[in-house]
Amino acid sequence: MSVSMIGPALNGIIPVICVTLAGIACMLAEAFRARDERMPIGGLGLIGLVGAGAAIALLWGRNTESFGVVRADDFGLFVQFVLVVIGVLTILCSPGAIERDKLPAGEYYALLLFAIAGMMLMAVANDLLIIFLTLEVFSIAIYVMTGLRREVFASTEGAFKYFLLGGFSSAFFLYGIAFTYGLVGSTHLDRVAAVVSSQSLTGNPLLLVALGLLLVGFAFKVSAVPFHMWTPDAYEGAPTIVTGFMSTAVKAAAFAAFARVLFSALEPLRGDWAPVLWVLAICTMILGTVVGVAQTNLKRMLAYSSIAHGGYLLVALVAGNDNAKASILFYLLIYAVTNIGAFAIMALLGSREKPREYLDDYKGLWHTSPVMAGLLTIFLLSLGGFPPTAGFVAKWYVFTSAVEAGQYALAIIGVLTSVISVFFYLRVVVMMYMSEGGAAAEAPAAPPRTALVALAISVAVLFYLGVLPTRLIDLAASSIRSIL
Amino acid sequence: MAVVPILSLLIALPLVGAVLLLFVRNRDHQRDGFIQWTALGLSLVEFAATLWMWAKFDPASADFQMVEKVDWIPSFGIQYALGVDGISLFLVVLTGFLTPLALLGSWQSIHKQVKEFCFFMLALESAMIGVFLSLDMFLFYLFWDAMLIPMYFLIGIWGYERRIYAAVKFILYTMAGSVLMLIAILSLAHLHSTLTGSYSFSYEALLAIAVPRNLQVWFFLAFAVAFAIKVPLFPFHTWLPDAHVEAPTAGSVILAGVLLKMGTYGLLRFAFPLFPDAAAYFSPLLATLAVIGIVYGALVAMVQPDMKKLVAYSSVSHLGFVVLGITAMNIQGMQGAVYQMLSHGVSTGGLFLLVGMLVDRRHTRLISEFGGLKHVAPKLVAAFFIITLASIGLPGLAGFVGEFLILFGAFRWNVTFAVVAASGVILSAVYMLWMFQRVNYGPVTNPKNEKMADLSTREKWVLWPVIAMAVFMGVAPWVFLNPMKPAVNRIVARMAEAEPKKVVEIQKMGSDPISVGGR
Repeated sequence: MSVSMIGPALNGIIPVICVTLAGIACMLAEAFRARDERMPIGGLGLIGLVGAGAAIALLWGRNTESFGVVRADDFGLFVQFVLVVIGVLTILCSPGAIERDKLPAGEYYALLLFAIAGMMLMAVANDLLIIFLTLEVFSIAIYVMTGLRREVFASTEGAFKYFLLGGFSSAFFLYGIAFTYGLVGSTHLDRVAAVVSSQSLTGNPLLLVALGLLLVGFAFKVSAVPFHMWTPDAYEGAPTIVTGFMSTAVKAAAFAAFARVLFSALEPLRGDWAPVLWVLAICTMILGTVVGVAQTNLKRMLAYSSIAHGGYLLVALVAGNDNAKASILFYLLIYAVTNIGAFAIMALLGSREKPREYLDDYKGLWHTSPVMAGLLTIFLLSLGGFPPTAGFVAKWYVFTSAVEAGQYALAIIGVLTSVISVFFYLRVVVMMYMSEGGAAAEAPAAPPRTALVALAISVAVLFYLGVLPTRLIDLAASSIRSIL
Repeated sequence: MAVVPILSLLIALPLVGAVLLLFVRNRDHQRDGFIQWTALGLSLVEFAATLWMWAKFDPASADFQMVEKVDWIPSFGIQYALGVDGISLFLVVLTGFLTPLALLGSWQSIHKQVKEFCFFMLALESAMIGVFLSLDMFLFYLFWDAMLIPMYFLIGIWGYERRIYAAVKFILYTMAGSVLMLIAILSLAHLHSTLTGSYSFSYEALLAIAVPRNLQVWFFLAFAVAFAIKVPLFPFHTWLPDAHVEAPTAGSVILAGVLLKMGTYGLLRFAFPLFPDAAAYFSPLLATLAVIGIVYGALVAMVQPDMKKLVAYSSVSHLGFVVLGITAMNIQGMQGAVYQMLSHGVSTGGLFLLVGMLVDRRHTRLISEFGGLKHVAPKLVAAFFIITLASIGLPGLAGFVGEFLILFGAFRWNVTFAVVAASGVILSAVYMLWMFQRVNYGPVTNPKNEKMADLSTREKWVLWPVIAMAVFMGVAPWVFLNPMKPAVNRIVARMAEAEPKKVVEIQKMGSDPISVGGR
């Protein structure tokens, strides 16, 4: 392959390159930083992410192929866009949070950007091996980020659990790829789809084994019950700002790859995987909400809430029609903005000495810092799916698609569990507004202006998309055509 | 063509005002007064706007008027569609009427976070008016759910001791019912797309499709349970006493005056006309529950030691009448139901305002703490008396017209229901008058009551409109009945089409294959 051919082939991964370069720049900046020198390392990351955003806009609608294993179609680009949004929000909210949590800035930003780069590549990967590779790239970065606070016991514990179980699930996934390759002779998704449907492999037991192994790998990454065990511990142990990042970005990337594999390569096997996912979806929604009710630690509560939200996304995967595919994209974006907002506020209010992780820590927050309490309330209401926030529209979209597919049981369990989830979201609101005094009586330090602006914009976006979602719905609906 | 979008204005005005109020800087409460006056002014302007809408309303037409339609989410046929007919007209006016009174009534009892209180009250008003004016099921559901949040905060922040329990119970009960309605709405829209090829959430488009009877049953149940919880119909009423007792005065007034009507409004507007066959099939069941509610609510009200709880249970009883009127499915019953919604809003709103005034003075709601108030606060007692009689349904006052029409309508349909329900009228006289007597007559037994102040000027301004309205509705019912008649007739006509074939067809339902809307 000559140089002149590599040039155009790179087009499809320009967004990934932008973010990777930004990550390298952050590492270098940290390495050459004089002690006590203040450096806007996060700014470097922002530049990379903005560049990636611009590249995504330029690639839109072109279905660029790179190296035969990457297809930058609109579906993947939409997810990349979600990841860019996640990255920008996380970085904007980071400065206050990482100082108060005493995290090493350079490593933090570099790992963050490498993780995003891996996820972005995963979103456009069209080959099982690339999916595996990117899975490892971002997983390893996130294992490290979970354990960034080495002296904190819970942090190390969470990282270790996450690492061990994650390693296991990666092995399952790789095994699934191996089986697939053995049967089909290729790991390319298009090829797999073609062979599976043409050679009537549908009843082949080995193929079912491969399917099962792949499902385990994905179910672990999207923390579907019963593969969710690591989630609460890892989320609780990780620095709060990292929790916000991993609870949204990992989901976005993993669901993108999950959807792509299911809807393109394994579509002929729908009759086999849909019932499995049906059970997983129901278990995930029910366990996520019911166990969430019992939590007194806000981080664990939001961990279970994110499990439940994964369940709603699984509903869309089972429904599998056009609206369902589009609703996955819509949901991922709304969920990302909302969940990062909630975690960022926790991160900005807490510090290493006083983490503010328990519900009681939020008693009377309304009196001491009304703006943060108000913002957190809106994020929680959006998570609970109250109109006129975007969380309502996202849920409505998913359940519409489920009803359209005739999946009434999933839709009904979905809405009922979301009522249960309202209970625990409102517990926080009760603490903030309706309980007097308590630990929050001492006002938390004022958050940095950038973070406040980012959160205010997030809230504005949530209201905007809650009232006028049409354009985003149309965009999502148009970008799924490429994986049909 | 510059037509003023009056309905959008009605929804937007309180909301915009509320959001602007949030930006008033109010350190150390020095601007509380300004905020209260602004909120009151806004709500009065809103009331004037609702009257303006009434003035522009054509009472001869059965159609929706002042309709605004804008495509909202075109790919799902969702429209921003508003319209008013004879049924929603007065409920909107009632909302506009009660909100300023509720604000004025709690002028002095709200000490903390006055700004937020006014914000939530105005936001609530917006959402309530939105519920009544929506002509698109999606929009309706949006307002229906959004309305829960301000009410939740009103109960949870400014309520009494067990306010958090009551607030959470209120929101969970209502949501649990309404999410099933959401599924039914989605299925209905999907059905529209299977039948016609495109999604639609528009009320009128959904009225036009023929819903298969087997689906009607499910849809009707989902809708009816959501609305029955809101009404609240026996046995879904258990959230109501808690919410009422713990809510601050303003919350109780709005809750009893407007929120409960959303349940009956929903039955009348959506559940019955959209699924007429299922409605005809289930109406005896609903009527049975309604009658049980009438008697049960009255009996339980009788033994309450707590005035707010008594009024709360009386609402269960009175709303039972409304449901009974709707299930009668004739013009008298349905008109009576709408009229009873209005009169109950006025009289029970007034009762809660009065109880609030007593609580402001004595910080207790127990009947036994009072007694002989006639001697110390004669004006208050006079007002109390008129509103009590209006609530009982004395001829010449608001409550009579509605109850009479409902019983008349019920009698035409089913004598048993009418007879049992009529006992509720007697029982309501028993518990209301007994309470009134224990609170106001006899000697002043409790020394704390000896120095009780009579009505202040502000309180007179709160009660005068209520009394005037109670009398006006009692002596001039045609003012309200005539404009609502065409709209009610339209629904009655639609229900009449369903009735003849109901029994036979529904019984065959079991053998019907599920042809659409699922697999």
